[in-house]
Amino acid sequence: MKSNDHITLAHGSGGLQSHRLIRELFLEYFGNEFLNPLEDGAILHTNADKLVFTTDSHVVKPLFFPGGDIGKLAISGTVNDLAVCGAIPRWISCGMIIEEGFAIYDLEKIVISMRKTADAADVQIVTGDTKVVEKGNADGIYINTAGIGTLIEGVDLGVHQILPGDSVIINGYIGDHGAAIIRAREEFPVSFDIESDCRPLNRETIALLSKLDGIRIMRDPTRGGVATTLNEFVSGQAFGIQIDENRLPIRPVVQGLCEPLGFDPLHLANEGKILIIIDPNEAQSALEILQSILGNRESRVIGQVIEEPTGKVILKTSIGSSRIIDMLSGEMLPRIC
Amino acid sequence: MLKYIDEFRNPDLVKSVVSEIHREFSGKPIKLMEVCGGHTITIFKYGIQKLLPDNIYLISGPGCPVCVTDIGYIDRVIALAHIENVTIASFGDMIRVPGSRSSLQKEKGHGIDVRICYSPMDAVRIAEKNQNKEIVFLGIGFETTAPAVAAAIKFAADNKIHNFSVLSAHKTMPQAMKALLDSGEIDLDGFICPGHVSAITGVHIYDFITSEYRIPCVISGFEPLDMLLSILMIVRQLNRGKAIVENQYIRSVREDGNIHAMEMMMDVFEPVDTEWRGIGTIPGSGLGIRQQYRIFDANWKYNIEIEPVREYTGCICGDIMRGVKVPTDCKLFTKTCHPEDPKGSCMVSDEGTCATWYKYSARD
Repeated sequence: MKSNDHITLAHGSGGLQSHRLIRELFLEYFGNEFLNPLEDGAILHTNADKLVFTTDSHVVKPLFFPGGDIGKLAISGTVNDLAVCGAIPRWISCGMIIEEGFAIYDLEKIVISMRKTADAADVQIVTGDTKVVEKGNADGIYINTAGIGTLIEGVDLGVHQILPGDSVIINGYIGDHGAAIIRAREEFPVSFDIESDCRPLNRETIALLSKLDGIRIMRDPTRGGVATTLNEFVSGQAFGIQIDENRLPIRPVVQGLCEPLGFDPLHLANEGKILIIIDPNEAQSALEILQSILGNRESRVIGQVIEEPTGKVILKTSIGSSRIIDMLSGEMLPRIC
Repeated sequence: MLKYIDEFRNPDLVKSVVSEIHREFSGKPIKLMEVCGGHTITIFKYGIQKLLPDNIYLISGPGCPVCVTDIGYIDRVIALAHIENVTIASFGDMIRVPGSRSSLQKEKGHGIDVRICYSPMDAVRIAEKNQNKEIVFLGIGFETTAPAVAAAIKFAADNKIHNFSVLSAHKTMPQAMKALLDSGEIDLDGFICPGHVSAITGVHIYDFITSEYRIPCVISGFEPLDMLLSILMIVRQLNRGKAIVENQYIRSVREDGNIHAMEMMMDVFEPVDTEWRGIGTIPGSGLGIRQQYRIFDANWKYNIEIEPVREYTGCICGDIMRGVKVPTDCKLFTKTCHPEDPKGSCMVSDEGTCATWYKYSARD
């Protein structure tokens, strides 16, 4: 298979070209003892009591952006969903829907990126599927990944564990991924350097859960951003959350991008961030654990769980007043002036 | 640190201005109106009202360009979008605005071509690249955006890009403020005037408000400290029985404004009567494209016919825009009207009064 070739409908036909694509590209990079026999399914063994199972479909434009690509995103996204549930991510499936005419060179770059990310997250791609659709019926490539992880023993995370007084932690700068995508789309004629934070987070979650007992819930604030995830925590609950604007880690370049466009960094997507609600007595230890792992230096406590008002996320503004933070509604559209 | 931004959000300076307002305010209830969506956002985003004495009421006027756009305009845009080969190019928040029967966003699902632009020049470039299509840019906004649209039209004229046109619903601010005052519906004690409008027009466009109506005007910037300083300046004028135009936003607004931009705007546009949603027709308050540039005027280029305009029953956007009512007076607010499914224009744009109330405080 030559890298200057393009995907044709034959690559999805199940015939000869499909087999060549699988052997020369997917097996070449993904290969492992589960995938190599090319059975219809992978037989997995585990002694774990409880499994965690998740799925996520990835559509991103552009496919390659500063700090990542759709492949890295597809592995990280599913790994992170497992990780924040308290699982050790183990096995991933990969379903690709590719548009006719897609460059094999780009597909190879994506596949290599998936393998590198899977290695970093210590997961294996154990089963997969490829379909090709006619030109115009898809936008390049869509990737679905499902993942299975084994739940760390004794872990019971959830909204039901949250108590007033708990601390809210984030492991670094807010909004980098969303800003990087805006930058990569080049719709806004200002140049600035920003990379997506896209990466697997299971090292962080496993380290936290193995050393601390006071973690109530963790979640990765992806689409809809930190604001949306915090609102998910409090929705319908007998507590609220207060966030301190002065403590939010936001890069000046991200803030500077949001100002003229009328965006709120709290609504920008993140792909390498965890929001953690934790017993306040363990907050400092959590920060130390996070900061000992590369890429989490800006971890900090950004707020706490409060008794009143219930069901709401309140922002203490930088000038000492307060306001509500709402979920993102609809897509973000730049305002007129 | 963001230069020119962080200084104007400095908590210590904010505190000292707030205490100065409390010290100087007489206690007699006053109503101050801002007429710029950007100001509405700052007030709510930073919780400015909560920092003020109880008797200072901040109300929002017709300052959000999306909100003041009449329903008939949206209906015309949708009709245009359905003409073969026409591509609509627009600032982002226009696409969600409901017309009588639909919105651009809903119609997008039915195959019309809508492109979001950050600047009118983006639309010209789309036209350059797609010679087989007709690009119609939605020209809405006040003196702040009209010069950029004028520049785009002039560029298209100079470069003979004839598949580009503008459907203008541009408006100018002072006439709307006059119409509000003449209606006698609201009793105002001061105007917080839009800084970005004055950056173009200069400070003198409000002179008639201070001289004829004896209402203090302060041209304000958009950071919390700017707005608090402007409120303090109005309080001081009231204490001294003065009514003058003052410029708080000196870092952006020159006395004569931006003469080049004004010339550009008046070269391409001329004053016309225009319809304001909720207010009605205000003579001379719109900007129509001059005869000389009429091949870039979508109104001239296309014969657009629409069915009679229909307002959503129960929607009080008009009253809200005139500052007569607030969103919580509306029966639809938060019940059937919310940002995901706006019934009126004030719920659409981030700068709309209803959207801002919904987002930042209404459910406190």
